Amino acid sequence: MKLEIRHLTKSFGGVRAIDDVSLTFPSGSLSAVIGPNGAGKSTFFNLISGAFAPDAGEVLLEDHDVVGRSKTERMQLGIGRAFQVASCFPSMTVAENLMAAVTARIGEWGNIVRRFPPPGVRERAGEVMELVGLTHVENVEAAILSHGDQKLLDIAIALALEPKVLLLDEPTAGMGPDERWRMIERVRRLWDQRKLTLVFIEHDMDIVFQVASTIRVLCYGRVLAEGTPDQIRNNQAVIDAYLGKEEHAA
Amino acid sequence: MKSNGRSGTRETAIAAVALLIVLVVPFVHRSPAFEDFVIRLSAMALFATSLNLLVGNTGMVSFGHGMFYGLGAYAFALMMQMTELSLPVAAMLAVLFTTLAALCVGAICVRLSTDYFAFITLAFQMLIYSVIISWQSLTGGDQGLRGGLPRREIFGFDLASQLHLYQCCAVVAVLGLLALRHISASPFGQTLRMIRDNESRTGFLGVVLWRARLWAFTIAGGFAGLGGVLAALFVSGAYPELADWPNSGQAIFAVMLGGINSFLGPVLGAAMLLALNDVVARVTEYQGLVLGIVILIFALGLRRGVLDFFRVAWSKDSQ
Ligand SMILES: Nc1ncnc2c1ncn2[C@@H]1O[C@H](COP(=O)(O)OP(=O)(O)O)[C@@H](O)[C@H]1O
Ligand SMILES: [Mg+2]
Repeated sequence: MKLEIRHLTKSFGGVRAIDDVSLTFPSGSLSAVIGPNGAGKSTFFNLISGAFAPDAGEVLLEDHDVVGRSKTERMQLGIGRAFQVASCFPSMTVAENLMAAVTARIGEWGNIVRRFPPPGVRERAGEVMELVGLTHVENVEAAILSHGDQKLLDIAIALALEPKVLLLDEPTAGMGPDERWRMIERVRRLWDQRKLTLVFIEHDMDIVFQVASTIRVLCYGRVLAEGTPDQIRNNQAVIDAYLGKEEHAA
Repeated sequence: MKSNGRSGTRETAIAAVALLIVLVVPFVHRSPAFEDFVIRLSAMALFATSLNLLVGNTGMVSFGHGMFYGLGAYAFALMMQMTELSLPVAAMLAVLFTTLAALCVGAICVRLSTDYFAFITLAFQMLIYSVIISWQSLTGGDQGLRGGLPRREIFGFDLASQLHLYQCCAVVAVLGLLALRHISASPFGQTLRMIRDNESRTGFLGVVLWRARLWAFTIAGGFAGLGGVLAALFVSGAYPELADWPNSGQAIFAVMLGGINSFLGPVLGAAMLLALNDVVARVTEYQGLVLGIVILIFALGLRRGVLDFFRVAWSKDSQ
């Protein structure tokens, strides 16, 4: 599913967090969004997923504007997201987290007649667990999962909603180098298996240049550059603004 | 928690056995004090457990839950006194009335932030309490509704008989608790736990937060009303204290004492609180002081309700 952003703008007080951003993510693409801290990357995701309303601009999903739609409607249309700080349901086990997500997805969240989980939900949750590789911690409470597994669970919850477009906000945040690569390999496999339009925010340039087919660079809420890894690597503006001081960004 | 159809059957079986035991006791040994206790406990258990649907399940702390307990009691007692309706019909209408009242109050409260929610529920309770106090001609004002409830037999039951009242209250309370248990184990109950755990993520999953909260508030109000009906039966009337804030406080105490994360926690808490009240009232006039100290000891000693404490301890042992 194609995601197209046109002239998106959002200010917080005086700060223009997103300033006239126009970008296209073709159906089935795997793109990275990079940029220094405070560049507006998370805000960009928040605007697409419907957490905030933009001041101006359009978010087009297969050429239909979804700006007026609620979070729920956007989820139903196929926009899924995971969060920079892993966001799951700490008192529930991994399986319960995913069953709850599937239950919500099939519109059964308000059912008081049935028992939880409704029929078929356990199986679908199991598939998602298998897909991301969380089956070994199925019955562990989310609160006591390792940091990496919590990030995975967050992504798994998003996947349980069967998105077409998946936005991952720093899936490797807070991980060591080896763990990062394992995580991003999983993400790439998911993208491949589920034919997703996947956009991820990432600070590790090695990962970005290896994995993403296109890269968008945000800086002070604006698009500084976009292109293939090679184009970005050699872009003078990007080198000046970002790559040159990469060590400060993480 | 591995909830499925099986555990539903198991819960029903446990409830049936518990009910059977309670019903058999008077045939083995009659003790008016014990029967009194069970009658009061059945009202209080419904009251506290319904509150816990909000506090423990959803993370909504209502300070005004007593208003629905009081409304249920008044609605029922008034209907019995002013109409010829049979008792079960009057009880059902009273619960329906309370449920609608909860829907109206909830519609205003549930969109507010946590702090304001607690505050506004308290304000609504004070409003309803003052209406009860000032509407003398209907409610009897601060004297309460007196004159007793008309004795209408239903299916050979005579509610003036303590034994029959005891049986009736036990059955209603167990059925009510089973219904609440079922709701808490339903997909909707799970949704409430999601809201408690992580409200913002729940909103991203397609759950309409205010609607889920409003449902929870309405259901909880209805079951508190049912508790109020039992209370009205016990006192043969209704008193403004039933709808007053110290009564809401009692329910909160029961929930906290027994444990918010165990379904039966509030029932145990209600039993402890009633027993404490009885014992303390016998030995001293400084009831509030003694109760406060006991609750503080529990709160600071266990750091959680009694059942929650044992559950955590048990799961640590078994690891
Ligand atoms: N909810 C918010 N309220 C106010 N300001 C915000 C909010 N979210 C983000 N901002 C501001 O917008 C800017 C971009 O933030 P963010 O999108 O989180 O950056 P990034 O994810 O690229 O690090 C920052 O200046 C931040 O302070
Ligand atoms: Mg960010």
